[in-house]
Amino acid sequence: MVKFTARRALMLLVALVVSSFVIFISLDLAPGNPLATLSGGRTLSPAAQRVLTHEYHLDQPVMTRYWHWLTGALHGNLGTSISFREPVATLIGQRIGVTAELVLYAGILIVVFGVGLGLLAGLRRGVVDNSVIAVSTILAAIPSFVAAIVLLALFSVKLGWLPSFGDGSGFTGRIEHLTLPAIALAASAFAVVVRVTRVTVRAELAQEHVQTATSRGIPWRLIVRRHVLRNASIPITTVVGITITALFALASVVEQAFNLSGIGAALVQAALSKDFAVVQGISLVLVAAFVVANAGVDLLYAVLDPRVALGSRAQ
Amino acid sequence: MSTSTGTVASAPLVFPRTRRRLAASRLVWGVCWAIVAIAVFLAIFGPLIAPHNPNYSQLQFQFVGPFKAQGYLLGFDSQGRDLLSRLVVGARTSMLGPVLVMLMSMGAGVVVAVISAWRGGWVDSAIGTVLDIMFAFPAILLAILTSAVFGAGLLAPTIALAIAYMPYIARVLRSAAVRERARDYISAAEVQGLSTAAICFKHLIPNLGGLVVAQGTLVFAWAMVDLASISFLGLGVQPPTADWGVMVSTGETGVLQGYPLESLSAGLCIVLVVVAVNLLGERMVARNDEREGR
Repeated sequence: MVKFTARRALMLLVALVVSSFVIFISLDLAPGNPLATLSGGRTLSPAAQRVLTHEYHLDQPVMTRYWHWLTGALHGNLGTSISFREPVATLIGQRIGVTAELVLYAGILIVVFGVGLGLLAGLRRGVVDNSVIAVSTILAAIPSFVAAIVLLALFSVKLGWLPSFGDGSGFTGRIEHLTLPAIALAASAFAVVVRVTRVTVRAELAQEHVQTATSRGIPWRLIVRRHVLRNASIPITTVVGITITALFALASVVEQAFNLSGIGAALVQAALSKDFAVVQGISLVLVAAFVVANAGVDLLYAVLDPRVALGSRAQ
Repeated sequence: MSTSTGTVASAPLVFPRTRRRLAASRLVWGVCWAIVAIAVFLAIFGPLIAPHNPNYSQLQFQFVGPFKAQGYLLGFDSQGRDLLSRLVVGARTSMLGPVLVMLMSMGAGVVVAVISAWRGGWVDSAIGTVLDIMFAFPAILLAILTSAVFGAGLLAPTIALAIAYMPYIARVLRSAAVRERARDYISAAEVQGLSTAAICFKHLIPNLGGLVVAQGTLVFAWAMVDLASISFLGLGVQPPTADWGVMVSTGETGVLQGYPLESLSAGLCIVLVVVAVNLLGERMVARNDEREGR
């Protein structure tokens, strides 16, 4: 287990270094000189050029600049946004709450309804199973932005039940404003979780130990709880974890569709307005969140199922 | 289909329920193939058969609904352009991007998988580690980043998505290639003195064919969703070009004013093609597994 954790931690570190380097170097890959990219094509006075050159160490070799950038980022200095005219770190700090709440809300929906319906479909054959499968097949193919538009058209415009844009204030206001976005974000991931849960439960029901338990006359409820759910919980936890971490990146699409002011929408607006420091800063935060969360899921998997860590030692 | 229907027809006892199920599933596959065929046809011939110019705007007809004007079947969009023509013409960019992503990522994925399986040892584990690291970058985030770097358009996000999907494909194909590599016919070819390249291209890769096609369809479906999302964000195909992802976005003003047809019809086109391609791809994967006896 210790060796497994160490190996995974090393992988995490390497992944963080490589992805941060990719984000950093993208500035140099952009056509034209980095100064023009940083200013987003705006004309700069010589003084402003000197400030930017100094701030980004543009007169120094690439690796030195990467080091400055990375240590700066670790100290919370991600540069200054040219269109918002404030430090990128402040900008992220103001907006990350909305994104985190949105992902959390969608995650809760996925766990409650995805796992719940998956269990129901796995344990009850027939009409329930078939209809859950049909609905999840269609939901899986609906892109989050199409789901967003359908929800807006139906529940905000036609029925007027929920607000169509903005973050809302206070607890209930926030819940009200985030409900539709969270459903749009959860929809396709929810379908994946339903299907994996169902297949896992089915596979577990077909195991010999379940047959033996049935033949011994153990009540169905106990078989489900002790034999099926306990074993099925391992793969289900992993899939739920992976799908929820994937939501960090997808949140930008949903936030933009609903005009929420999270970091995802800020990333898109910065990409549109060529505000490069913001693009780099938010990309770094999102990738780091994604990578760390994925490592967490892997560790959780190893804790739930000790065979995983043992397997890595055998290699 | 031929093998399964053969056994069913010769089996003495076929329950009517099974037969009904088979008929129903055959109907589903027929509909899926039809949707894909229509989408491909529109992508190629769309601009020729569109009833009107998709970019000709008649502002006085803004939001006029379907069947209201002669010759304008679906009515007009937020800028008074013929909606049907825009949907028909929009098939091209909406299908072209995913096809390019599929070709690039599958090409790279096959090469990486075969090298990894063939060389084994440290090459295999090095490639495995690099792929693990590449998983760190979510596809849509890489597409947004490249689009910010190289400017909005179809090309940059297409290449970004191809790079982001490659590890998924390479991993699946690698394990299949390792299995195939251990088979006798490969050793026989080696004994006969065939070059490595010849064995890989003439024997190994063709034998991965079923899985490659199956993976390719799934990649197409992912790419369609992700590219449409990028175009929806304004970072992909640029308006006024007709594209399904763009249309969902330009129609959003209409949605808020109570005229959701532009967004919804473009969204429906995306969903129909993605569902059809997904179902076909999943069936191919399942049949491939069956043939491999797994």
